Amino acid sequence: MRIQYLGIKEINGPLIVIDGVKDAHFDEMADIVLENGEVRHGRIIRIDGQRAVIQVFEGTNDMSLSGSRTSFTGKPMQIDLSEEILGRVFDGAGRPIDGLGPVYAEKKADINGAAINPVARKYPNDFICTGISSIDMLMTLIRGQKLPIFSGSGIPHDKLAVQIATGAGLKGGKQNDFAIVFAAMGVKNDVADFFRREFKASNSGSDIVMFLNLANDPIIERIVTPRCALTAAEYLAFEKNKQVLVIMTDISAYAEALRELSASKGEIPARKGFPGYLYSDFASLYERAGMIKGKDGSVTLIPILTMPNDDITHPIPDLTGYITEGQIVLDRTLSQNGIYPPVSVLPSLSRLMKDGIGKGFTREDHAALSDQLFAAYAKVADARSLASVIGEEELSDTDKAYIEFGRKFEEKFINQPSGEHRTIEQTLDLGWQLLTLLPRTELSRVSDQLITKYLPEKVME
Amino acid sequence: MDVIYSINGPVVTVKNTKSFAMLEMVYVGNMRLIGEVIMLSDDCTTIQVYEDTAGLSVGEPVTGSGGPLCAVLGPGIISNIFDGIERPLKALNEKSGAFLDRGVSCDNLDTQRLWDVTMLIKQGDTVYAGQIFATTPENEGIIHKSMIPPSISGTVIHAQDSGSYNITDVLAVVRDKNGKEYDISLSQKWPIKYARPSGQRLSACQPLITGQRVIDTLFPIAKGGAAAVPGSFGTGKTMVQHQIAKWSDADIIVYIGCGERGNEMTQVLEEFSQLRDPKTGRALTERTVMIANTSNMPVAAREASIYTGVTLAEYYRDMGYNVAIMADSTSRWAEALREISGRLEEMPAEEGFPSYLPSRLSQFYERAGYVKTLSGENGSVTIIGAVSPQGGDFSEPVTQNTKRFIRCFWALDRELAYSRHYPAINWITSYTEYFDELKDWYNANVCLDFEKTRGRIISILLEENRLMEIVKLIGEDVLPEDQKLIIITAKMIRQGFLQQNAMHEIDTYVPLEKQFKMMKLILDIYDRAVLLVKQGIPLSRINQTGIFDTVMRVKFEIRNDQLSMFESLTSELISKLDSLEESYR
Repeated sequence: MRIQYLGIKEINGPLIVIDGVKDAHFDEMADIVLENGEVRHGRIIRIDGQRAVIQVFEGTNDMSLSGSRTSFTGKPMQIDLSEEILGRVFDGAGRPIDGLGPVYAEKKADINGAAINPVARKYPNDFICTGISSIDMLMTLIRGQKLPIFSGSGIPHDKLAVQIATGAGLKGGKQNDFAIVFAAMGVKNDVADFFRREFKASNSGSDIVMFLNLANDPIIERIVTPRCALTAAEYLAFEKNKQVLVIMTDISAYAEALRELSASKGEIPARKGFPGYLYSDFASLYERAGMIKGKDGSVTLIPILTMPNDDITHPIPDLTGYITEGQIVLDRTLSQNGIYPPVSVLPSLSRLMKDGIGKGFTREDHAALSDQLFAAYAKVADARSLASVIGEEELSDTDKAYIEFGRKFEEKFINQPSGEHRTIEQTLDLGWQLLTLLPRTELSRVSDQLITKYLPEKVME
Repeated sequence: MDVIYSINGPVVTVKNTKSFAMLEMVYVGNMRLIGEVIMLSDDCTTIQVYEDTAGLSVGEPVTGSGGPLCAVLGPGIISNIFDGIERPLKALNEKSGAFLDRGVSCDNLDTQRLWDVTMLIKQGDTVYAGQIFATTPENEGIIHKSMIPPSISGTVIHAQDSGSYNITDVLAVVRDKNGKEYDISLSQKWPIKYARPSGQRLSACQPLITGQRVIDTLFPIAKGGAAAVPGSFGTGKTMVQHQIAKWSDADIIVYIGCGERGNEMTQVLEEFSQLRDPKTGRALTERTVMIANTSNMPVAAREASIYTGVTLAEYYRDMGYNVAIMADSTSRWAEALREISGRLEEMPAEEGFPSYLPSRLSQFYERAGYVKTLSGENGSVTIIGAVSPQGGDFSEPVTQNTKRFIRCFWALDRELAYSRHYPAINWITSYTEYFDELKDWYNANVCLDFEKTRGRIISILLEENRLMEIVKLIGEDVLPEDQKLIIITAKMIRQGFLQQNAMHEIDTYVPLEKQFKMMKLILDIYDRAVLLVKQGIPLSRINQTGIFDTVMRVKFEIRNDQLSMFESLTSELISKLDSLEESYR
């Protein structure tokens, strides 16, 4: 029989304080029964002697100081796991909301997880073909990588995420051991619906687990949503040997929820009001991606965040970039010009790329070719800014070639209809075709050997 | 019995007790999590816990260990990988699996392994603190010299013969002047927050040679110096640290991964076991110690990891080795301080950082130094700390305060990184204060002209920087020919010299002699071209000869062991310019 504590000492935002508590554990879950019989859930975030501070997941609306009864479960927050979760939809705290009843639990797991011992990690180097030229060529996604999408509101990052998720296959890998875990944090109902519809349409619905915390759902739940999703992902990857792709959107909404909670706890803020532990908190999510020696599964993580005011130095993208292994940055101007996916090539980066491409992974020319395209596209920017001063007519022939290269690069290479899935060979060949637009003397990053082998004779039209 | 009164994240308090000392290591709760006392008052003791506190309950016991948090020092440190409080991660992996468990107790160093010990003392000898009393080959490259602990001196009343011993076997007994007896073994303990004592500090006189041109030539660091590498994400901080860890001429590298990515530590582990030390030809892991506290490991242990690392480094310094510490990243460490400070509800200074941030930073960086050890040898600890300023803004508190305690600043630049200029060390904002002390060494060991040559290279770069401000406004075409030559020479320096490809077999490490010859080649070409331009020969004609491109490719073309080719190349290029001059006569 669990002890029930009658009444509440204090209510402040999502937090309540219970007095006279004995034998409560830090981080333990609590059940709060309201006067009208409604049950809410909370978690202990601080204990001072006999006072316990509890954050209530469903919010504190309608709660009063008297009449509610609180009891402690003695356990940290756990979710039920079994292979049955594939194809199911849960709310932000891991409760089924698709009307199919509870999950029969093969295992209960603590949602906070534990850190992977760095010694036990396997260094990721398996290429994932997303079918999107700009990503596959220039910021290759590697199995077990954490590669965020830095976007802004109004840019079609959701469409891109779906395309990556449904198009991503491991080269030569078995399809049936691939699973997607989707975590929505504070997104609009339409957005969640979009994902649900697209995943269903792509005919892989049974391999997808969804955790939905919508924009009007309680913020405390938002803080546990990614943790539930990652716990499910770890289970599928490391116990069921699946290749799991986790998509989390929107990290900015998550960080704002964290800020709101931190403020109501009265903590000292660091930058822009965000708590000082934002970095550690992000890390506790992102670092759960990876591979482990001796296990076949993997957790690949694609968090999506909307940069407030398109500012990449804002704490949310900034701290994310320090933890993740690269970033895919989307660009508003490209998007406005009708280029899809609007990948801004220069600030984008994949840190694990160098070990997962080349002979035996993609093709021998990949590294040199992507280097050359990067270098050439960087020069396009210079040529364009010069052209804006002195006019395109006045440019030297080389600079004109670069302007033309830049135009084609954006139209034919970056731009790609959302239904089109390009193989890595197609992408690489397209890259070589683009290089025909430039004078041979400009191709300093690819060796003569590769040029003879791959550079087409005919200039691209 | 002392029991937990409150729990707030990693901070736990105990009420009404006087049984703990400041900075004492304690065991918290039934799981015996490791913690440290960080604040004492007569009614409340505050403890930071180095492991996750989830599941702790009020009323669980807290017991003291009687001493501060210590590192265990002895053979078996090299090639190992530890967490922030010196627990061996390989052993933890075997014990509790791929995910880190809490409250697992494990010996810091292998106590079973037998070491081949040569004793240097015998019964009746008088020994002093820090004296080397035994040696052991720790691996084939490194001799481990076991020292009498710094607090002990006296007469040896018993000593074992040379032979095989483990690290806990008593090898000698020393009686001090008060008649107290101490057992001496291969291992000793040292509190991580205190610097190990040494003899006198010597002034810096030798550079730490890294094989990275922009560092060795423009912004060198002395052995025993301290440097900071600030840069926003993606600018290559970790790459710079890896390159130095791989190629520098230190005897031992301590690599501290403080609040960084787990995969990076895995990468170091895998890569270093395959790469060879250019000096000894042995695997790099055989001279490397790693401390890994990744960003998702407990935050309090992140604070400790820096001290653990520097304590291990000082221990090897005391044996007479040159040790270099890579601390990646000190900003994460400062954030750990901020997080703990916030939990203690201390009054914050700038951006929420505690007001003692500068003093903690200075305590860390001041542990670098070139010293005469207690046993009379010369040893050094060099600290290279990465700084991750938020938003790439160097005016934030960690960068600013770090700048006060280091003398070498390698500023990484986002613009350079975007244009794939690596290492992205900005030559205008970076600086070193060590060159004045090191110039005699360079002039004596590389070439008498070194200082002068370096000075000319720097002045060309500065001149270019000034000219670029004009170019940005009105375009390059309006510049006179001699100034265009400056710009093209600076381009040779930037692309042909400063830019260095870490993935390229030849370019990843460049000996000082080649660095000098490359500078000399650039200046020789420049000096000749100046004469041509003075005679009115257009720069575009000089450019068409392709000599500038040849100079820029030299780094990939001339192998590090074919340095004599520089002479023939220089004369070949100069003669091209000569014939161009002829054609204008």
